[in-house]
Amino acid sequence: MNQEIRNKLLLEPGLEGMEMFEHFAQQAPYLKDLGQKLSRKIVATLQEAIRLSGLQDGMTISFHHAFREGDKTINNVVQILADMGFKNLTLASSSLLSCNAPLIEHIKSGVISRIYTSGMRGKLAEAISNGLMEHPVHIHSHGGRVKLIQSGELKLDVAFLGVSACDEFGNANGVSGKSRCGSLGYAKVDAQFANKVIMLTEEFVTFPNTPASISQDQVDYIVKVDQVGDPSKISVGAARVTSNPRELLIARLAADVIEHSGYFKDGFSLQTGSGASSTAATRFLESRMRKQDIKASFALGGITGGIVDLFRKGLIAKLVDTQSFDADAADSLRDSPNHIEVSTNEYANPISKGTYCDRVDVVILSALEVDLDFNVNVITGSDGVMRGASGGHSDVAAAANLSIVVAPLIRSRIPTIVKHVTTVVTPGECIGVLVTDHGIAVNPNRPEVAERLKEAGLPVMTIEELYARSVAITGEPAPIEFLDKIVGIIRYRDGTVIDVVRQVKP
Amino acid sequence: MKLRRSMLFLPGANAAMLSTAFVYKPDSIMFDLEDAVSLREKDAARLLVFHALQNPAYADIETVVRINPLNTPFGLQDLEAVVRAGVDIVRLPKTDSAADVHELESHVERIERECGREVGSTKLMAAIESASGVVNALSIATSSCRMIGIALAGFDYVMDMQTERGDGTELFYARCAVLHAARVAKIDAFDVVYSDVNDEEGFLKEVELIRRLGFNGKSLINPRQIELLHNAYAPSEDDVDYAQRVIAAADKAEKEGLGVIALNGKMIDAPIVDHAKRVLQKAQASGVRK
Repeated sequence: MNQEIRNKLLLEPGLEGMEMFEHFAQQAPYLKDLGQKLSRKIVATLQEAIRLSGLQDGMTISFHHAFREGDKTINNVVQILADMGFKNLTLASSSLLSCNAPLIEHIKSGVISRIYTSGMRGKLAEAISNGLMEHPVHIHSHGGRVKLIQSGELKLDVAFLGVSACDEFGNANGVSGKSRCGSLGYAKVDAQFANKVIMLTEEFVTFPNTPASISQDQVDYIVKVDQVGDPSKISVGAARVTSNPRELLIARLAADVIEHSGYFKDGFSLQTGSGASSTAATRFLESRMRKQDIKASFALGGITGGIVDLFRKGLIAKLVDTQSFDADAADSLRDSPNHIEVSTNEYANPISKGTYCDRVDVVILSALEVDLDFNVNVITGSDGVMRGASGGHSDVAAAANLSIVVAPLIRSRIPTIVKHVTTVVTPGECIGVLVTDHGIAVNPNRPEVAERLKEAGLPVMTIEELYARSVAITGEPAPIEFLDKIVGIIRYRDGTVIDVVRQVKP
Repeated sequence: MKLRRSMLFLPGANAAMLSTAFVYKPDSIMFDLEDAVSLREKDAARLLVFHALQNPAYADIETVVRINPLNTPFGLQDLEAVVRAGVDIVRLPKTDSAADVHELESHVERIERECGREVGSTKLMAAIESASGVVNALSIATSSCRMIGIALAGFDYVMDMQTERGDGTELFYARCAVLHAARVAKIDAFDVVYSDVNDEEGFLKEVELIRRLGFNGKSLINPRQIELLHNAYAPSEDDVDYAQRVIAAADKAEKEGLGVIALNGKMIDAPIVDHAKRVLQKAQASGVRK
């Protein structure tokens, strides 16, 4: 077609404003160069990838926390951003842990000015609770994070996603390579919603790297780095395996509660949250399941080695995994077709078109404090300092048929049962049963469950009785003193504000 | 039926453990003022245990205190405190002869009179930790009507025997001697602690051995061992089922005025019926093995 005809064609009715074909690679110039075609996304340095991403001061950067205490990505990337002179960034990590203490300096120097996270621990949490930041931190649930993203409040400009391995197109999962974290349930959301995605990988593997948890069509740039995370540190802290007799006692009681709750039937579904007693409850379920010939249809979570063990023994049909808590879980995800990976959108977003948490029968959750109305605090400690995470707590508590909270009645000399929790993260109306080492309390809104547990001879008491018992042992603690400044906003899973955390009085 | 399967050791100076240990529901809790308490904490431990014994949380559980030997500066002070605090049982360590028990008993009786406690209400038990103790086990076991049991303590005993802990062969004579002495005296017998708390298999193997020998129970150093021990000591469903059939056959024979009891064509004599009664009592008290 000569030029004259081409020019005339575009004047004909219906073709106004359209562009004429030039050559096959006009829109995809990399197709003309084999090297470009195969490795155009691979960038030599993180600095260059950041420049290419168009990141500007004031934008939002996002991360996943699948490596938990072993994460090497968040601190390294923020250090590079600081070195490059970035300021006033919003940090949106799916969560933060004790290992993120180096962020304190970057908050002080103005690199990070706002934070969205599920939780925080250690020195960072302590500094923020003591008023480090000008703007309060937004604490969201795992499902609530996706809601905030979809509603437009949380706009992810550049996601930095650390993976153990990917191919040169960016197909990645958490089960190939050396530093395997297992499920990339959090990262999948960032890959889907971030404007630009920079993938940090420890190694390149043969194309196509399947199954692709994060797909090539979601990835803008890929940078090879020495280390993204240390998987051996995933199962420390809140995700540890316990040998503490008191935690095991509570775990056994929780298994008793499940057995007699009315939901322990063939085909039931369960979730165990993080926290030693919660994860340990699985080891007491096996004999109960065998004895009554009960198999679970699926387990959701937060998948631990204990859950994988029941799965491998044929007692759980499918594992639905948004976060793998240890190497056993990561290996199982790699090897078992019935161990599937889901994003936090599929897991728990209240406005998702379908969430797995809506199908859970029984969930075991932890607590730092529980009050007489069964409200649960999983974020602030008895000193008012943040030291935990919202996680999937409020998500699954709202959705599951029965939510069981496990906690020791007393931690050292501080009661866990209080008149009013320091911070409400999960409303008491969603909690069915509280299991402590001194006894079990059932929410008055679940009389049928209380009846079943009493019938089974379990030590059911009122929560007021448990409270009285703890006060008899410890006395009434003096109230924590706070200043007026708000340092944290607790966002319920639907985005509403359920509570705030104020600066602790020094 | 008072079960004494599990006797949980608690270091007397550990306030945190004292504040929660009752939640594990062992059959007895033994507060230790002796070897688990360092010299500089002897007074603190005595004071803590004195208060713990009077705490309502311990009202429903049998309390035992291992005092320091009476020939130390602490033994008598310990005794003064715990008898006054209402301890159920005083455990005398390193008991070599009946004379040790008699000495203890005379102090206990004096303290009971002084503080207005019913004379005789403080029970005693003796820990046997030496070759002399084992040889004198019978006279120790029968030394006082306050005695409720004797316990073998393995570590000091094997040292005294110039050997070491192994597969149990080294304790074989001592276990049998202590057990026989207890049975003659009609009191309880307690086996040694199993110190590797992470070795459940080894623990259960030892429990099976001592249960078959006839021990009432065992001293424990970790609450995790309680449930395992109780479960191992609980009669199995088959045991209970068989016992019920034995009792039914015995009842039937009695009603029909038959001298000989038969079950499935086999003759059953009186000891089997007695054993069946004990199995059912145990099942009533401890539940059935899971």
